[in-house]
Amino acid sequence: MTGPDATGGRAGDGAYGEIVGSTGNPETWQLRLYVAGESPKSVEAFYNLKKLCEEHLPGRYQIEIIDLAEFPSLARSHEILAIPTLVRQVPRPFRKIIGDLSDTDGVLDGLQLKPRPTR
Amino acid sequence: MTGGGLPDGRPTLVCGPAGCGKTLLAMEFLVRGIVEFGEPGVFLAFEETVDELVENVASMGFDLRQLQADGLLVVDHVSVPYGGAHETGAWDLEGLFIRLGAAIDAVKAKRVVLDTIETLFGAFTDIAILRSELRRLLGWLKARGVTAVITGERGDGTLTRHGIEEYVSDCVIVLDHRVSAQTSTRRLRVLKYRGTLHGTNEYPFLIGEQGVSVLPITSLGLQHSASMERVSSGVPSLDVMLGGAGLYRGSSVLISGTAGTGKSTIAAQFCAAACSRGERALYFAFEESAAQIVRNMASVGIDLARWVDSGLLQFRCVRPSLLGLEAHLATMQQVVSDFEPDVVVMDPISDLLHVGAGEEVAAMLTRQVDYLKSRGVTAVFTSLNTIRDAENSEQQIGSLIDTWIIAKLEEGDGQRSRVLYVLKSRGMPHSQEIRNFILSSHGLELTDVFHRRGR
Repeated sequence: MTGPDATGGRAGDGAYGEIVGSTGNPETWQLRLYVAGESPKSVEAFYNLKKLCEEHLPGRYQIEIIDLAEFPSLARSHEILAIPTLVRQVPRPFRKIIGDLSDTDGVLDGLQLKPRPTR
Repeated sequence: MTGGGLPDGRPTLVCGPAGCGKTLLAMEFLVRGIVEFGEPGVFLAFEETVDELVENVASMGFDLRQLQADGLLVVDHVSVPYGGAHETGAWDLEGLFIRLGAAIDAVKAKRVVLDTIETLFGAFTDIAILRSELRRLLGWLKARGVTAVITGERGDGTLTRHGIEEYVSDCVIVLDHRVSAQTSTRRLRVLKYRGTLHGTNEYPFLIGEQGVSVLPITSLGLQHSASMERVSSGVPSLDVMLGGAGLYRGSSVLISGTAGTGKSTIAAQFCAAACSRGERALYFAFEESAAQIVRNMASVGIDLARWVDSGLLQFRCVRPSLLGLEAHLATMQQVVSDFEPDVVVMDPISDLLHVGAGEEVAAMLTRQVDYLKSRGVTAVFTSLNTIRDAENSEQQIGSLIDTWIIAKLEEGDGQRSRVLYVLKSRGMPHSQEIRNFILSSHGLELTDVFHRRGR
């Protein structure tokens, strides 16, 4: 495995409904964050996630934000109960993490993205 | 339902052990709301899938697919992952709120069922957040003005396993499922209902083809109208003993006696008399088959086959042990309401004692008497006494009965002879005589007054 890939761009500034991060790289992590409007927990979760990705997945992550307040039907089709919910889409298998992601170790553990000291 | 319905715009908790009919009761609440009150509903199922639900309630005649297609009902299965997701920091159930909100908006629902919301406790580790979210959810439902039914599984020593009753403070209904004498009876109790006078008794209920029916124990009160019309018992000389005019229409008659005293014959004769007046008679037989009764009565000159053929007389022959008491009661009431008889015979009620304890049978018969009276049906019950002293044996039901006729065998002068007398007959001057009677080829005939020989 190589180190961080440089093809991706810088993380965006995080406007809602935007896809933030790099695309087109097979090793890119695709993360999906379900939020409900701009509630404090949703905003908090997004910033925590972005910070964490910048640190551990620089240049090879992609965050898709789905605002259920805007697309209520997705709550049913995507089986989302708790807000915020983070889903790791790629790499498979899916992993689901709920909460405002303030517990960084917990998130890393949940994403199986433990920092590897060998790198 | 008991007490005029569930609280409008407020949540109600229905709880009980597994298999007690919570889901069905909740579903009926929705379906009736749609069909009878035009109030669309949302069913949020946490346990069963939509297909399972549709299938399970189809046997009650609820066509959920059609209601869904008509845009009156949303059935939504929320799959709750057991063990749950990783929790990192604060979260809420906004996803569920949005989902439910969307469903409510889609059909403009007035009624919502959450079945069983406690499943969520298996999915999350931070129970404190979950509890506060459930509290918020119920508040939110109230604020939206929907009438909600929340089901919960009974826990150890608490009404629900996770104590959700503390959030639902307006109305709590407890269902139960009890087995006594190998027969299971479902029971329903309104534990609390703020701001109403509700019945505090346990009401047996039944899940039948028509859905849930609650059988009130004594809620009917004593308000049946009393008919002045008299009907013949079918035995002219017996009519003479009953104030000369026979029985009151809509009254209840008990004929009790030892084996072989002609109780069924009197009942059959009464049916035949009713049919010959063009009335409809319904005969519940717990011991004999219809064919057997028809044959036996033909031997004493009572032609029942004729009335069966003309459709005026119907037999329902069931073994008492086939069903529980409540099921018997409900089935009988269903048959009565379908056939609309003028006269009902239950022969013999003493057989029901095989199914339930004495006071349960008495409670059931009270309801049966009430039910028949409220419909103006004249009822004849027979009862077999095992003890020779007839008057002691049916004290529990004797007080429900308007006219009580006792038949027995007296021994003397080298033979046994049948006698009968009227122990009581409300509202009429009745004979105090003890009369001999014979079962002739023209049915029952009263002969002379019985005298003990040697006096």
